[in-house]
Amino acid sequence: MAETVIAYPGHAEPSAFTRAELDWLPWLPPLPAEDLTDRHWAGLVDAARAKSAYFMLLARDPDILGARTRTDKDIFYNTSGGLPRAERELAATAASRFNGCIYCASVHARFAAHHSKREADIDRLLALGVGADLDARWNAIVAASVALSETPVTFGPAHVAALRAAGLDALQIADVIHAAAFFNWANRLMLTLGVPSVG
Amino acid sequence: MTASVTDAPDVIDLLAGVSPGSPLDAIRAERPQARQNAQASFLALFQPADEGDATRAERYAVATFVAGLHRQPDLVAFYAKGLADAGQERLIAAEIARAAAHGPYGHYPAGPLSAEDQPGPAFLVSEASLPALGPRLSAAFAHAHLLVFHPRDAAPGALQNLLDAGWSATGIVTLSQLVSFLAFQIRVVAGLRTLAATLAGGA
Repeated sequence: MAETVIAYPGHAEPSAFTRAELDWLPWLPPLPAEDLTDRHWAGLVDAARAKSAYFMLLARDPDILGARTRTDKDIFYNTSGGLPRAERELAATAASRFNGCIYCASVHARFAAHHSKREADIDRLLALGVGADLDARWNAIVAASVALSETPVTFGPAHVAALRAAGLDALQIADVIHAAAFFNWANRLMLTLGVPSVG
Repeated sequence: MTASVTDAPDVIDLLAGVSPGSPLDAIRAERPQARQNAQASFLALFQPADEGDATRAERYAVATFVAGLHRQPDLVAFYAKGLADAGQERLIAAEIARAAAHGPYGHYPAGPLSAEDQPGPAFLVSEASLPALGPRLSAAFAHAHLLVFHPRDAAPGALQNLLDAGWSATGIVTLSQLVSFLAFQIRVVAGLRTLAATLAGGA
């Protein structure tokens, strides 16, 4: 059992938001692969995640990890109706930019740029922050994601009205709410259990 | 999984006021895995098959504190039902009042983002509450405040404080998941409540 956190003297921490691939270093020891039981494998959901230090650290509590992962997948990958994947990823990127999670923002900025083909707008969101002027629809999604990410939450009827005016229906608005809310879960784990690293 | 997975009422539906057959019920039904697993997450954290390295009492105490930091009275009342006694509830209410802040704030790694640094308070429980809360819960409250309001200020020293207070690495993972899950649950509840109110308005 760990009594001391893991330090990485001299590691290269990214100091700006980026779409580049980053590494992530855990401050507590991930489970060693040989210690994984069936319950841990079930928590990892995808066996490939055993290669990730982040998921192997979270695997210390496999039941909540498994439920977290299944919640995540449905919010982002279930595209039967609702908000296009690109805009769910936009909400995730906006929440991550606002909370300051450079690692999460890098992953979901890549997804948002890939699915929307609007690389320049995503880069402006990363560079300028959540006040960047993208277009009416994206501005409404970013503003809603920011209001949901504030503590206490400031999301209100005006945000719903702005999303409606931008053409979103109730299911699509619910998708924005879930995508932004989920990144308030993910950002906090990523930011506080370890540190991103360049390359 | 325990039998309660199917027996317990859905907490997000309960707290957001989603009733069977309502427009919000139909919307949630479009994302059945998210709905089921948000509930499974709640059960894994608050009705764990095995308490592991965080007791049930500790989980409800931290949840009550976290709901209070979000200024969500209904969620405070919901999680306070799991507390040991009314004395502990009063103690936590006093700490919530001392801990009030507006997030997210905090520092970035030195560089171009330093211009966006926003200083804000760190939190320690009061000297008066410390003996009753004990070292583990006091450290957990300090850490929960960091996660709720200024997670980008996180540093290895924050986790070391938990280890020094008697938390194991696995207990810290459970605690971190619990606070972070609540950040999600509270936002889904607040967001769906707002959306439901606009639907009831005739949209």
